[in-house]
Amino acid sequence: MKFAILVNEGPYQHQASDSAYQFATAALESGHEVSRVFFYHDGVNNGSRLTTPPQDDRHIQKRWSALAADKNVDLVLCVAACQRRGMVDDGERDRNKKDATNIAEGFRISGLGQLIEAGIEADRLITFGD
Amino acid sequence: MEEEYSGGVEKKFLYVNRRVPHGTVYALESLETVLIGAAFDQDVSMLFIDDGVYQLKKEQNPDSIDFKNFAKAFRALEMYDVEKLFVEQESLSERGLTESDLLVDVEVISREQTKALIDQQDVVLSF
Repeated sequence: MKFAILVNEGPYQHQASDSAYQFATAALESGHEVSRVFFYHDGVNNGSRLTTPPQDDRHIQKRWSALAADKNVDLVLCVAACQRRGMVDDGERDRNKKDATNIAEGFRISGLGQLIEAGIEADRLITFGD
Repeated sequence: MEEEYSGGVEKKFLYVNRRVPHGTVYALESLETVLIGAAFDQDVSMLFIDDGVYQLKKEQNPDSIDFKNFAKAFRALEMYDVEKLFVEQESLSERGLTESDLLVDVEVISREQTKALIDQQDVVLSF
C-alpha cells in the first residue's frame, strides 16, 4: 500500500513526530511505500538542522533526514508555516532577504498543494498530531 | 505557485473544522488549504463541528485582538466550487446557536449524519 503522512506537531513537545516516524519505518519494513511526509503547522520545526538534543536522547531531525537519504522518502515542509516560524532554505532566504538558512538535509520547502497531491496519489493519508 | 493538477483522479476530500476561529491558527490554515486545494478539482466538503461552528458566526470582530478577520472568505468559497458546507446540529444547539446566526448557507446535519459523512470520504483533513 502507498502511504502519505501528515505531521502537525513539532519535535519533542509532542509524540506526533515520533509516532509518524515509527509508523513510516514500520510501513517500509513491511514492504509498503511511503511516498511523502508533509510537515504542517509547528510540524515544520522537525526540519531544522540547528537542533541539538541531549546526547542520550533521540535526534528527531537526523532520524527523518536518514529516512529521506536511505529510503527516498520525500520530506516536505509547508512554506507558509515555515515563513511564520523562521524556517528558511536558500530560496526563501533570497526571496525574503534573510541572513541565514536552517533547513536540514533531505527536507524541502513547498506549498500546501503537495499535501493535497499526496492525499490524491496515496492509498491512505495518515495524520499525526491534533 | 501550485501547478494545476491533471492526474485525472477525483477523490472525496473532507475538511473538518473543530476549533474556534481565533486563538489558534487552525481555522485560518484550514481555509488556506481548502483554497489551495481547489486547484486540484477534487470533490470537496467542509464540516463544522464542536467549537468549529463559531467560525461561521456572523459579526465577528477580531480586530481588537490583532487577528485577521477571515470570516468573509467563507462567502467566497462558492467561487472556488466549494459549495458543500455541513454544520452539525448538536454542536450549534450546545452553543445556543441556530442556522440564522451563520454568515453563509450551510446544510445542517445531525450527529448521526456527521458520522456517515466522514465515513464516505477518501481523505479527511482535520483542523
